[in-house]
Amino acid sequence: MLHIVNKSPLQRTTLESCLRVAVPGGAILLIEDAVYAATRGNAAEAQLRDALSRFKVYALAPDLEARGMHERVMEGVATVDYGGFVDLVAEHKNCQSWL
Amino acid sequence: MSEGTIKKFMFVNRTAPYGTVYALESLEVVLITAAFDQDVSLVFMDDGVFQLKKGQQTKGIENKNFSPTYRALDGYDVEKLYVEGEALAARGLTEEDRYDVEKLYVEGEALAARGLTEEDLLVDVTVMSRAELGKLMDEMDVVLTF
Repeated sequence: MLHIVNKSPLQRTTLESCLRVAVPGGAILLIEDAVYAATRGNAAEAQLRDALSRFKVYALAPDLEARGMHERVMEGVATVDYGGFVDLVAEHKNCQSWL
Repeated sequence: MSEGTIKKFMFVNRTAPYGTVYALESLEVVLITAAFDQDVSLVFMDDGVFQLKKGQQTKGIENKNFSPTYRALDGYDVEKLYVEGEALAARGLTEEDRYDVEKLYVEGEALAARGLTEEDLLVDVTVMSRAELGKLMDEMDVVLTF
């Protein structure tokens, strides 16, 4: 399953909820304000770093660039463009947007 | 507005840019308030510190990149201060000057929690602790949060 998260990890508990229930082996795509979760040095870094062993984690490149954070993506997180976003949705049998 | 009525306004920016419209809306109200010659302070705390991050490129998300506006705030004031009096010309602005309209304050703890330092920001700011910010907030006439 593909989990799509769009809220900042330091403002909302959306990512935390997602990581708590998602079945290992799935994929997590961080978009909009959730891309901050994938950046080095943020207070929620350990949370996502820990999740990298259980999930494939992606971050949307245009959202990272818009926020000036594209050079701080943590190792192990893959960046995708809008085409990659579509591919991820198509590759998985289902997806959930954690609003 | 009657002459000489100057209130101390503080705009508290707590949200990241682009994910919601709050950051842009705040900036618009700040510009309007400054145009009415009010005493304006801007505070950036929590995810609001991300508004000042250098290197924002919004072409990919097809949004307007409004971050250069934070740099323009200063120029706006300098020009206006120049009209007020030559004593405050160009770089002569000081923190304690009452006509210093745009004052930018950032919560130090919020920066640290996001892996950012002052060098990551696109404007010069005063980094304050939570305690100092609270005290400053207490001295305001009007406080608006975005």
